[in-house]
Amino acid sequence: MSALLEVEELQVTFGGRTAAVRGASFRVEKGETHCLVGESGCGKSVTALAVMSLLARGGHRSAKRMSFAGTDLTSLSDREMARLRGNRMAMIFQEPMTSLNPAFTIGSQMAEVLTRHKGGSRAAALDRAAELMGRVGITAPGMRLGQFPHQLSGGLRQRVMIAMALMCDPELLIADEPTTALDVTVQAQILRLLANLKREFGLSILLITHDLGIVARVADHVSVMYAGEVVERAPTAALFRAPQHPYTRGLLSCVPVPGRVQRDKPLGSIPGVVPAIGAGFAGCAFRSRCAHADETCARAIPRREAGDAHDYLCRLEPDWAELQPA
Amino acid sequence: MLRLIARRLAIGVLVALTVMTLAFLLTRLSGDLAISIAGPSATQADVEIVRKAYGLDRPLYVQFFAWTGRAMVGDFGQSYFFKDSVANLIQKRLPITLTLGLVGLSLALVISIPLGILAALRENTWIDRSVTLFTMVGQAVPSFWLALILMIVLGLQLGVLPISGTGTWQHFVMPGIVLAFTAIPALTRLTRSGMIEAMASDYIRTARAKGLSRARIIFKHALRNAAIPVVSIAAVQLGFMLGGSIVIETVFALHGVGYLGWESIAKNDFPVVQAVVLVLAVFYIGLTLLADILNALLDPRLRTG
Repeated sequence: MSALLEVEELQVTFGGRTAAVRGASFRVEKGETHCLVGESGCGKSVTALAVMSLLARGGHRSAKRMSFAGTDLTSLSDREMARLRGNRMAMIFQEPMTSLNPAFTIGSQMAEVLTRHKGGSRAAALDRAAELMGRVGITAPGMRLGQFPHQLSGGLRQRVMIAMALMCDPELLIADEPTTALDVTVQAQILRLLANLKREFGLSILLITHDLGIVARVADHVSVMYAGEVVERAPTAALFRAPQHPYTRGLLSCVPVPGRVQRDKPLGSIPGVVPAIGAGFAGCAFRSRCAHADETCARAIPRREAGDAHDYLCRLEPDWAELQPA
Repeated sequence: MLRLIARRLAIGVLVALTVMTLAFLLTRLSGDLAISIAGPSATQADVEIVRKAYGLDRPLYVQFFAWTGRAMVGDFGQSYFFKDSVANLIQKRLPITLTLGLVGLSLALVISIPLGILAALRENTWIDRSVTLFTMVGQAVPSFWLALILMIVLGLQLGVLPISGTGTWQHFVMPGIVLAFTAIPALTRLTRSGMIEAMASDYIRTARAKGLSRARIIFKHALRNAAIPVVSIAAVQLGFMLGGSIVIETVFALHGVGYLGWESIAKNDFPVVQAVVLVLAVFYIGLTLLADILNALLDPRLRTG
């Protein structure tokens, strides 16, 4: 079975020097929510932008394979790619406050997506916009169509962005930290909304987040990214039950879990920050922060199987943690 | 929106009153009017007669309020030297200055906006650097010098355009170019920086994520936002142009308001000077108001302000 989105060994460089993504591989199946998770600066957003071909100037992507619904994305021209964007693959962003154009009404910004890709009249597009605004839980959509972004709250704007992404009934929705800038209560509403839309529209969602709580709630599969690589891939339940990569384990130890946190024991933390990786780097990028690193970590690292659809990038054997005291 | 206009209008009236006061006081500071009207060969008695005849013996505030009162109803008095009313003089000269200003501004916009967009889209390439260099040179070149060079090249050597006078539309080409050059550098740089900022913004990323065409992204989504500061400055620039036309009209002997102003300053023709200053100020105020209204139309966030 072929996945909806398949990315193999994606490389992204900026200005030919800084490697933002170094051979990331993952696949998003039809109808699933796939989470890309990792710290800031590990290349999650750049990966998403590279898939959409939206890299900022100076960014260059290459991949052994990058296909969307059977189409090879790497061979498409800018024009052909623009025909896919907003149409069959849509994206929403972290910054709902600035992602809408301040100079145009909500209605005009939503309608142009449909008229661009599917043709038809502006009036019909506005009807569709109003319908979708209702679907994403915006009250009085008729009035909102005539309003400008600055008249809407952050939560409303993110809902507008979601409705706008759905205008052409896309197969894939890429959501780059869609709730990070929102209040906790609004966050929960947006996540519930995304889950509902996935069911109603048969969407596949590639959700980028640094929040493992979100991963646990909405993801079917998870790819953990570190320094531009996917260091562990697993079904969500397997990842939380038996994380293999030391980085994944470190991330999980940073999350307070009710009942497991003890008053006198500090929460886990991973010392240091994600390193910037230059050209010619070999071995495990996490070794400088890893408690289990040894000299072999500077060599090529094998990808190990840890279970069904579960693999990770480390010198350590599966279930190494059970064999040695933490 | 109406409240915005009303408020800006009220501010405009205050500015106009201030300008009137300043124009009145500054002309009085520049010397004894009665002596200059009476001429170098006049006796003390002649000067006293002139002073009485023109009402210059009255206290300053009486003169001021008499002048403002009449100016309010469009009566700027008689010119001391031209045998005509000031209102008539200005009415005759104004179309020339306005034509020149509009030619200059249109030319400036037609050149600087595409140039600014081009430079922004090719940021940090040789195209962008050439545009920047061009704006720096344009900024540095004084308009009277450019006027003289154009006169020599286009007027004398190539003989394609008349050098001075007001007769035909050709007479407005060279002054229009020179006037445009006073605004092109600022407008180009503003368009460029506005476009660079807009193209790097989150909403342009959204527009690209929506799969919109490049033309629509640039000319609809980015330019609309980049245009906001350009409109404000363009209005101010047109104001400067009307003022700056004093130099250009003089160089090209275009008989507009600027030239009239220059002549009357040279002759201490106070009623004319005061009226010219006031007329230019009113235009300036009107343009600023127009720019505010245009900006409110471009940027919905300003409409409530």
